[in-house]
Amino acid sequence: MRRLGIAFGVAAALTFFVGPLAWQVLTSLWPEAELTRAWPSHLSGAAYARVLLGAQPFWRMMWNSLVVATATTLLTLTVGAAAAFALARLALPGRRLMLGGVLALSMYPPIATVSPLYLLLRAVGLRDQLAGLVLPYTAFALPLGIWVLHGFFRQLPDDLYRAARVDGCSPLQALWRVFLPLAAPALATTAILVFIFSWNEFLYAVTLMSSQARRTVPVGIALLSSEHVEPWAEIAAASVVSTLPLVLVTVAFQRRIAAGLTGGAVKG
Amino acid sequence: MSAGLGADERRQGWLLVAPALLVVAAVALYPIVAGVWLSLHRVILVFHEQRFVGLDNFAFLLEDQRFHGALLRTLLFTVVAVALELGLALPLALLLDRRAARGLLLAALLMPWAVPTAVSSRLWAWLLNPDHGVLIRLWPGAGPDLFAEPTLALLAAVLVDVWKTTPFVTLILLAGLQAIPQDLYRAAAVDGATRWQTFRTVTLPLLRPALALALLLRALDAFRVFDAIWVLTAGGPANGTETLSVYAFKTLMRTGDFGYGSALALVTFACSCALALLLSRLARAEAQP
Repeated sequence: MRRLGIAFGVAAALTFFVGPLAWQVLTSLWPEAELTRAWPSHLSGAAYARVLLGAQPFWRMMWNSLVVATATTLLTLTVGAAAAFALARLALPGRRLMLGGVLALSMYPPIATVSPLYLLLRAVGLRDQLAGLVLPYTAFALPLGIWVLHGFFRQLPDDLYRAARVDGCSPLQALWRVFLPLAAPALATTAILVFIFSWNEFLYAVTLMSSQARRTVPVGIALLSSEHVEPWAEIAAASVVSTLPLVLVTVAFQRRIAAGLTGGAVKG
Repeated sequence: MSAGLGADERRQGWLLVAPALLVVAAVALYPIVAGVWLSLHRVILVFHEQRFVGLDNFAFLLEDQRFHGALLRTLLFTVVAVALELGLALPLALLLDRRAARGLLLAALLMPWAVPTAVSSRLWAWLLNPDHGVLIRLWPGAGPDLFAEPTLALLAAVLVDVWKTTPFVTLILLAGLQAIPQDLYRAAAVDGATRWQTFRTVTLPLLRPALALALLLRALDAFRVFDAIWVLTAGGPANGTETLSVYAFKTLMRTGDFGYGSALALVTFACSCALALLLSRLARAEAQP
C-alpha cells in the first residue's frame, strides 16, 4: 500500500514536470497541417528545417545568447571568486554587512532598475548593444556566485590559509595559487548556474535591446510569430534546439547543481 | 599576527571585493537614486519633455485604479503560487529524502528549472490553447478558454510559475530534511511514535528554518513576476492579468512615460522591501519560539 503510494507520487511528479517537455518535443515533430487534430498521422522534421534554415534569424539569437551568457559567466566568476574569497577568508571590517548586502540583491525586483539603466545605456551608446546586457546580468548573477563560492571557501580548513601566509604568500597569491585550484568544482558549478541564468533572462533582454538582430533566445522565442496563426510547431522546434542542451547539461550535473543551489542554505 | 601583515591583508581584501561592490552599486544603488529623481519629474522620451512635478506622480498613483488592481493581483499571484509550490514541494522533498527513485526524480525536477520562463510560458500557452491545446482537449465537454477570463488567465500564469519553480523549493526543503540528525528519528522510533507523529513532532519543527527560507525567497521572486505573465497574456485580457512589474514595464517601454513608470517601479521596490522585512521577521520569530 505504502509502496503503491510512493510509486503513484513518483509517477505523478514525472508526468507533471516532464510531460509538458515531452509534449513540446512531440509538437515540434507534428506536421503543421495536422495541428488541429488530436494526434499526428506521421512525424515530420519540417518545423526544424523551417526554424534552422528559415528566414527567422534563429542562429542570430543563439549566437547573441551565447555571447552574453559566456561574457557574464566569465565576469561573474572573476569578480565573484575574488569577493567571495575576501569575504570568507580575510579579516575585512563589515564583511558580514557586505555579504548580506550582496545576497539581498537576489531578491531585488529588476523592474526597479530598468528606467535608469535604459537611460544610462542610451547615454553611453550601449543601448541595443549586447555588451549593455553583461553588466546588469553580472550584478544579478553575483549573489548566486558569491553564495556558492563563499560557502565553498568557508568550509576549507583555517590552517590552509594560515599555512599559505606563513609560506610567504600574500592574500592575493594565496587565492591564486592555493584556493582557486581547490575551488575548481565550485567554480564549475557556479559557471553552470550563471550561464543558465544568463541564457534564460528576459526582462533586461526585452527592454535594453530593441532591434531584431539583438534578440536573445527567450525574447526571440517569445516573439516568434507568423502572419496568421501561431506557428506552434516552429516555436516547439526552436524551443527544443535552444533549451534542450541546457536541460541535458543540468540533468548530467544534477547533483552538483542541486548542491550549488542549496549549498548556502544548509550551512546558513 | 603583526600589524603590518594585517594592514596588507586588509588592503588586498578591499581590492578583491571592490569590483563586486562596484557592479552591485552601478546596477542596484545608482538606479534607485536615479529612479527617485525620475519619479519626481514628468519625463516623456519621444517628446524630449522633462520637468519637475514634485510628488504629482505619487499622488496620481494613489488614485490610479489600474495600479490598485495590479497591486492586488500581484499579491494574489504571490500567495497562490507560493502556497501551491510549498504544498507540492514538501511531499516531493519527503519522497526524495526517502531515496525513493532519487536520481530519476531529481532529474525530472531539474528539467523545468533549466527552461527559460519565457519558453515555459509559450509551452503552457500551447498546452492550454483554447482550440487545440492537449489539456483543453482532455477536458470533459467543451474546454474553457482560460485566456478570455482574467482570473483564469492569472491562474494559468500561476501554473507556469509552479511548474518552473517548485523544483527549487523542493531542493531547499530537501537540504533542510537532510540536515535533521538521524538520531532523532531513531529516538522517535524507539519511543514507538507513528510516522505521522514523527512527522509532526520531529520533521516539521526542524524543517521550519528551511520552510521559512523557501517562503522568503519564493515570495519575493513571485512578487516581481514578469516573464510568465508578459509572454502568456501580455497583461490581458483588458489589463486583467497585469501585475506591478507588467504595469510598470508597459508604462515605461510602451507608453514611454519614464516619470510615472519610475514611480510605479519604485513603489514595487518599496513593497518588495516591506514584504522582505515582514517575512524575515516572521522567520526569526519562528526560529526563536
